[in-house]
Amino acid sequence: MSDVAISPVSAPAERVRARLSGAIPDSRVSVADLDLPTIETDPRSWPAVARFLRDDPEMRFDLLIDLLGVDNLRRRGRPSRFELVVHLFSTSRDEHVRVKVILDGENPELPSVVDVWPAANWFEREAFDLFGFRFSGHPNLRRILCHQAFVGHALRKDYPPGQRWMCTEEDLYVPGLVARENVEEDHFETVVVNLGPSHPATHGTLRIVARLDGEQIVEAESEIGYLHRCFEKMSETHTWNQVIPYTDRLNYCSAFINNVAYCKTVERMLGIEVPERGALVRTILSEFSRIMDHCVCIGANLVDTGALTNFWYLFQPREEIYGLIEACCGARLTVSYGRVGGLSREVPADFVARCRSLLRSIPKFLDDVDNLVKRNRIVWDRFRGVGVVTRDQAIGWGFAGPCLRASGVGYDVRKARPYDFYDRFDWDVPVHRDGDNFARYLVRMEEMRQSLSIIRQALEILPSSGPVSSGDWHVVLPPKDRVYHDMESLIYHFKWVMEGIQVPEGERYEWFEGANGELGFYVVSTGGGSPYRIKPRPACFPMMAAFEKIIVGSRVSDAIATLGTLNIIAGELDR
Amino acid sequence: MPSGSADFFTTRLDNLVAWARKNSLWPLPFGTACCAIEYMSIVSSHYDLARFGAEVVRFSPRQADLLIVAGTVVDKLAPVLRKIYDQMPEPKWVISMGVCASSGGFYRAYHVVQGIDEIVPVDVYVPGCPPTPEELMYGILSLQESIQSGRKSRDDRSARYAATLPALPSP
Repeated sequence: MSDVAISPVSAPAERVRARLSGAIPDSRVSVADLDLPTIETDPRSWPAVARFLRDDPEMRFDLLIDLLGVDNLRRRGRPSRFELVVHLFSTSRDEHVRVKVILDGENPELPSVVDVWPAANWFEREAFDLFGFRFSGHPNLRRILCHQAFVGHALRKDYPPGQRWMCTEEDLYVPGLVARENVEEDHFETVVVNLGPSHPATHGTLRIVARLDGEQIVEAESEIGYLHRCFEKMSETHTWNQVIPYTDRLNYCSAFINNVAYCKTVERMLGIEVPERGALVRTILSEFSRIMDHCVCIGANLVDTGALTNFWYLFQPREEIYGLIEACCGARLTVSYGRVGGLSREVPADFVARCRSLLRSIPKFLDDVDNLVKRNRIVWDRFRGVGVVTRDQAIGWGFAGPCLRASGVGYDVRKARPYDFYDRFDWDVPVHRDGDNFARYLVRMEEMRQSLSIIRQALEILPSSGPVSSGDWHVVLPPKDRVYHDMESLIYHFKWVMEGIQVPEGERYEWFEGANGELGFYVVSTGGGSPYRIKPRPACFPMMAAFEKIIVGSRVSDAIATLGTLNIIAGELDR
Repeated sequence: MPSGSADFFTTRLDNLVAWARKNSLWPLPFGTACCAIEYMSIVSSHYDLARFGAEVVRFSPRQADLLIVAGTVVDKLAPVLRKIYDQMPEPKWVISMGVCASSGGFYRAYHVVQGIDEIVPVDVYVPGCPPTPEELMYGILSLQESIQSGRKSRDDRSARYAATLPALPSP
C-alpha cells in the first residue's frame, strides 16, 4: 500500500502529489512544497520513483539536472544524517522537481539510477567520492575528483577542510582498458594512447585514454579531477559574500555570470530586490561575459584545429571587453564584481559610452571570423558531421546550453523562465538540428549576435542615475562616508564585516543561463553567517561524461575538434 | 680582410652564453586554470609577449627551458608537474604564475598543493589572481636579468624536495 503524505502545496506540487499517490505500490513517498515540489522517498523505492518520474506521461522528467549528497550532521530537523538530492527537469513540460532520498546509517547504500538517466553516472561517482555513498549496480564506482590515494570523504562535515593526502606517480589512475587483452582487431594491432592531462588540446587538465585501431578510436575513458579545488568545502568555511571570489573561478571565462547567478540565488533566499539600474548593469555585463566565453571557446577550438588567425581575431574583442570590466571593478578576468544585493561599486561615468563603442567594434571581429571559417574547406571537413549528438542523446546525457540547442532542443533559461528583464527584450534563441561540431559553432556565433542585441536594448532602458545596490543594510555594506559619520551605519558595517550577512534557514535551487548551459546553485542555509552547503550545477560536467561515448568510432583529430566545441571549462568541471 | 682594424670585441664566453639564453627563452605553459586564460591574453596580439624574447611557446618539455606554471596545481596533478619538470633539459627555469601556484592562494583545502615549490624549485614568483599581463612580463624580465647574471636555477631546496619524492622509474 503506498500512501503519500500531504502538506499544503502549490499547483505544481499538488499535481506531482496527485500523480504519485497510489502509482507505485509498496513505496514510501511524501511530497512537500518548498521552492520546488520536493519528493521524499527511501532508497528502496527510489528506482521505481525514478522510473515513474521519467516515464509517466504527465511527469516526463527526462533531463537529470544534478545529483548531490548532503550531510546533515550539523543541521536540525532532518530525519537522517545523509540524504541524496536530485534535481530533475522536464524538457517537454518545462518544470523542475526535486527528489530527496533519505539514507540510513553512516555508510549508506542505495541503488544506482544510471539505467534511468545515463547522466547519473558521473554524478553518482562524485557523491561516492565526496560523501561515501555506495551505489549498488553502478558500472564503475570509483573516485572521480579526488586522487586514488585519498582517504576519507571530503565533503562530510567531520572531514577537516585542510587535510591533504600525498599523491605520487604510482597513485595515478590507469584505466582498465589499458590492460585488457583479446580486443577485437580488424586489421591492425591496437594501441593505447594517453592524451593529457598536460596536453595543449586538452587545455591543461583533462585526460583521455583511448584505444586506437589505426586512426580510429575503439574505446575511450576520460579522467577528470586534475583541477578539483574544493569549491564546495571552501564555501562552507566562508561567509556568504566571501564565497563570491570562489564562484568567479568556477567558469573563469565568464566569471561575472557566476557572480550574478550565485548572488541572485542568495537574494531570493533573503527576499530582497536589486534596483532596476543594478539589474540592468548585471544583464549588460553578463551578456558581455557570454560573448567573451564564446570567444575563448571558438578561438581555442579553432587553434586546436590549426586555424590560429581566428584566435588572434577573437581575443581582440575580449581584450576590449576587459577594458570595460576593468573600468567597472579593477579586475580583468576574475571580477568579484557582484555582491549579494547588487554590485560592489558604482559603474564608471563613461559606462554607456564604453558599451556603445564595444557594440560598434565587436561585430566586425565576429564577421571576420565568420568569413574565414564558415565556408572554409578544412573547417567543413573537420566540423561537419563530426561529433554528432542527437536530440535524444543530448537530453539523456544531460546536456545544456549551446550544445543542447545545437542538437535541436530550444531550451534557454532566459526564455523559459525570464529573470531580470529578459522578457522585455526582443531576441531569439538560436537552435540547430544537426548536433555536430559545426552546429555548435554556428549556435555560439549567433548567440553572440543575440547578446549584442540584448545589450543594445538594455542600454536603451538603462536609467542614467540611481543606485546599483539594494538599500537594505542588513545585506549591503553601507557607504563609507555614512559609516564615518553616523553610529547606525557603523554598526551595520561592523556586523556585515565581522559576522557576514544572515541568510534565513532553508534551501533553494535557482537556475540561470550560464555561458555553456544551465548554471544552477543549490544552496542550503541553517540561518548562520556562512552557507551550510552550496552545490553549483556544473554545465560541462555531464558533457564531459558523454565525451568518451561521442568519440568512439571517430579519429583522434576529430576527438580534439569535438572536445573544443563542447567547451569544457575545467574550473567548473572539477570545481 | 683589412688588417690592423679593430673589427672585433672581446667578452667572457659565459656572458655571451647567458645573453643568448636570456633572449631566447622557450616557455612551456603548464596552464591549468584561470591564469592560463590570462596567459593566452599575454601571448595574443594586444600584449604580445614576443617583444621580450619569450615567445616560442612549446608544449613539449623536451623543447622548452622555461616552465610557466599558470594556475592551481592540485595533488592529483602534482606527479604530472614533477614529471614534466624532470623531462625538461638543463638549464631550465620555473616561473610560478599567480598565487595558487605560488602558495595555494585562497584554496587552503584538502586537494590543493600549497605552492608548487613543494614539488619543483621556483625561480620567480608572480603574485596576483590572476596576475595582470604587465606583472607576468615583469616576472619574465626579472628572470632574464638573473639569467644574465649567471645565477644557476637549481638551488639547494630542489635537492631537498627531490629527496622526499620517489625516484622516477628509469626508462
